[in-house]
Amino acid sequence: MPTCPGTCGTGFSQFPSREKIMNSGSRTFPHASMINTSLSAPRGYPGGESQGEGEVPRRKSFVRSPYDEKDLSACGLIGFVNRDRRRESGERIIRAIANMHDRGNGLGGGFAAYGIYPERADLYALHVMYDDPHDAKQVEEYLKRQVVVEAAEEIPLFESRRFSDHPYFKRYFVDLRERLNGHDNEGDYLVDTVMHINVNFEHAFVMSSGKNMGTFKGVGFPEDLGEFFRLPEYEGYIWTGHSRFPTNSPGWWGGAHPFALLDWTIVHNGEISSYGINMRYVKMFGYECTLMTDTEVVAYLFDLLVRRHGLSFEDACKVLAPPFWKDIDVLEEEERFTLTHLRSVYASAALNGPFAFLLGFSGGIIGLNDRVKLRPLVVGRGGESVYLSSEEAAIRTICPEVEEIWAPVAGEPVIVLLESVGESRDGRGNQRQRPVLQGA
Amino acid sequence: MGNTTTLSDNPRVSNPANTNGSKSGLPPATSPKSDLMGLQSLRPDDHFHSYPEYFVERRHEECIRCLVCVRQCPYDCTYYDPDRDVVYNVHQNCVNCKRCVAMCPTHCIRIERFDSGFRDNGHWGTHLVRGLRKQADTGGVLLTGLGNDLPYPSYFDRIVLDASQVTNPSIDPLREPMELRTYLGRKPESYRPGSPGEVFPNILCEIPVLFAPMSFGAISYNFQHGLALAAQEMGTYFNTGEGGLHPDFRKFRDSVIVQVASGRFGVDPDYLLSSAACEIKIGQGAKPGIGGHLPGEKVNAEISRTRMIPVGTDALSPAPQHDIYSIEDLRLLIYAIKEATEYTRPVSVKIAAVHNTAAIVSGIVRAGADIVVIDGFRGGTGAAPMIIRDHVGIPVEVALAQADQRLREEGIRHQASIIAAGGIRNSADVVKAIALGADAVYIATSAMIAVGCTLCQQCHRGLCAWGITTNRPDLLPRLPADQAAGRLTGLLRGWQHEIQEMLGLMGLNSIESLRGNRLKLRGVGLTQLELQTLGIRQAGL
Ligand code: SF4
Ligand code: SF4
Ligand code: SF4
Repeated sequence: MPTCPGTCGTGFSQFPSREKIMNSGSRTFPHASMINTSLSAPRGYPGGESQGEGEVPRRKSFVRSPYDEKDLSACGLIGFVNRDRRRESGERIIRAIANMHDRGNGLGGGFAAYGIYPERADLYALHVMYDDPHDAKQVEEYLKRQVVVEAAEEIPLFESRRFSDHPYFKRYFVDLRERLNGHDNEGDYLVDTVMHINVNFEHAFVMSSGKNMGTFKGVGFPEDLGEFFRLPEYEGYIWTGHSRFPTNSPGWWGGAHPFALLDWTIVHNGEISSYGINMRYVKMFGYECTLMTDTEVVAYLFDLLVRRHGLSFEDACKVLAPPFWKDIDVLEEEERFTLTHLRSVYASAALNGPFAFLLGFSGGIIGLNDRVKLRPLVVGRGGESVYLSSEEAAIRTICPEVEEIWAPVAGEPVIVLLESVGESRDGRGNQRQRPVLQGA
Repeated sequence: MGNTTTLSDNPRVSNPANTNGSKSGLPPATSPKSDLMGLQSLRPDDHFHSYPEYFVERRHEECIRCLVCVRQCPYDCTYYDPDRDVVYNVHQNCVNCKRCVAMCPTHCIRIERFDSGFRDNGHWGTHLVRGLRKQADTGGVLLTGLGNDLPYPSYFDRIVLDASQVTNPSIDPLREPMELRTYLGRKPESYRPGSPGEVFPNILCEIPVLFAPMSFGAISYNFQHGLALAAQEMGTYFNTGEGGLHPDFRKFRDSVIVQVASGRFGVDPDYLLSSAACEIKIGQGAKPGIGGHLPGEKVNAEISRTRMIPVGTDALSPAPQHDIYSIEDLRLLIYAIKEATEYTRPVSVKIAAVHNTAAIVSGIVRAGADIVVIDGFRGGTGAAPMIIRDHVGIPVEVALAQADQRLREEGIRHQASIIAAGGIRNSADVVKAIALGADAVYIATSAMIAVGCTLCQQCHRGLCAWGITTNRPDLLPRLPADQAAGRLTGLLRGWQHEIQEMLGLMGLNSIESLRGNRLKLRGVGLTQLELQTLGIRQAGL
């Protein structure tokens, strides 16, 4: 029997939840599963059967990683913004990500879509993944105490043999007014609520929690998952997609991208070598990294920097992919001062290691590379749409008429905003002076 | 401290003409008369402690009688007998400082362990027997120098580093920038450019390694000068210790951290302002909870000037600061210094690593400190009672890990930087300390070794054969300031390259991504509780 993981340093002292996560009855640690037998799923439902004669029935977990370690993966990613807010179905994003089939290995994929719930645009949409339907009850009771649940429904799925074994998905449209128990603003309140669920309900996981948006993700090739979640039936003005090549935890639906908090969603290619400090840093501000993957920390960092600390997108990107000191040192006094302070104040927020990520939010997409560009990222523009992708081919697949295509330099943020939100910045080394993506 | 004595200063030193000669090279002296003379010079109970520890072996056939060794040994251990034309040694005086070995032009000297020690005993080690006899002889406290030398387990030696393979590329420091720059001091929780937010004074280190507090008096003028030059060259800092800042060194004001200790030696407004940062010394890892004592005979004119005390008086630092008996008193002193320096300098507080360091550090940060120094039990000293040096305090690794974690749990980690000190031996220790949560480290013993120290632990005697911890005019020139500076710079350069290599292999290209990044560490051979205390994982997991 392996050593009980609840005692392995980092997880134990900093993230009490890890211990619980590890004891959640995964197949790796059968001795821990006994505590969960009272919650075992009904016969016939995945995870409900016992594993063999005389053995304690074990629960399979979709929402938690079976391994107490950082997720390692390589990936393909793509996203686009229709800057004119034109809504379109999920058909193109599926085609684009399918083009990069070989960047994934069928063990993870997912999508984020903005603008998909226009009739409920004022409500926060919580997409929740459960190990099985029974697990929803407790969470729903908790939710009712925390928020006003205006509507709750299963997320429609296209059941097929390919996904015979999958978690249970539900979405809730919730209102926070009148429930802000001492919280200054809705964002903080909802963050606390989401964190509480993700930390304390071991068979539930809130996939996304923003208004008029949602994420859809799981284990499989993304094009199959897109069909499974019936994405061609949704219409959004921003879409991102992700194809994952994990080197561990094959059956872990919760580990797929995008990761989301409020309306921040993140798809990420790479490994954040600074994760160990980034997660300890965001924890100081109440963000719990519940999944051992480095990606979710990016969403939390953006939430902290932009929503709570009021940094501009550019400055937040400078924090995450800081310019080198040698470049800062030669700047004019004022800019040097600003960047020096940003770097020293937010030293623990800097992301190090190879990465390219797309951060989606209601107003657009921000693409960012690490500061030595160890992962690919290309940008293309066609009409009112701006595309960001791991590969040019994926952009050309869905936008053969692309007008411009280029690769932003290391550490230069590409900030693509809806026309109604503001001017975009292209990330071609001089985005401060030259906002070329103003749109028509 | 009253009556003090040392393990190695043998009372039988004044006339060494009593020896039986060296075993090697020449036949032993045959005259019974000289034996008798030797015995007569013994005090009645001298035989209790006269077992030599080391044996100075000289191949007489290769000795050219240049007498370099005689002149170089400050411990009255070597003498020349002109009648026989032979160089002899009083073995029991030898402290194994290796000065004669290094200086002998023919390399014909070798220092060996004298013999087997006392009968092998797992409980009563030879050093204990020696100490007991010595103490019975003098009735004093056994003094020593340097840091705890007992074989307590080292956590640094049970922590290994992570490296990138396949899933993330390692970064080659020869091709890519690799940043070690570190700002020490309080930071605001958030920063919004363009808005008049709080900005606190910080000091910039180009390498996260600073020279630890070592006072002029405990160390030589030249060594301190060398530290200053090296700190200036490398973009880091040296620390005055509690001995004040010599007028000659005020020009290094941008590279010095000035200390305010319980003796308040040399403290005045100009001293505080001749600095990059000010430090309040509460404790020292080598001797937590006790004060200091610079014997009057060491207080020469220069030291008197620097410490602002009369020549020849004992410089006594009380155990506590007499105006600090609680955390709120500490706050008053922190703010007194901030007021005196008009909030232009970060104020550091240095404590010894003890059992509840985490809570103490939290209190210190809340009291207003901008930097906290945690000095572990391996930290060195110019002089300390051996019993305290060897048995009080805890390893810096655990104290640091707990303090960093506590500050994070309380959401105040940004309010102060942490410097780890006490037994940092190489760049791997630096990397491990930073990954555990330190912003930077202090080094002292490593710096002394870089300039020649052979760890003979005689610093308290003021006779350092290498000119490091002495101000005796004949010994001082043994370490010229520029030579010290060159060697210290070399050491830091070497570490700089090594730290860059280690960052690169972890897939990082700046030190801030290592700081507190405990996922880069794994424990080998540690218990679950130890892993948990350090906040690291077991190797292989
Ligand atoms: S110089 Fe040092 S090593 Fe040599 S005899 Fe003297 S004390 Fe011993
Ligand atoms: S230094 Fe060496 S050669 Fe010179 S006297 Fe001493 S032992 Fe002989
Ligand atoms: S500094 Fe000098 S006296 Fe002290 S241990 Fe080193 S060599 Fe010996």
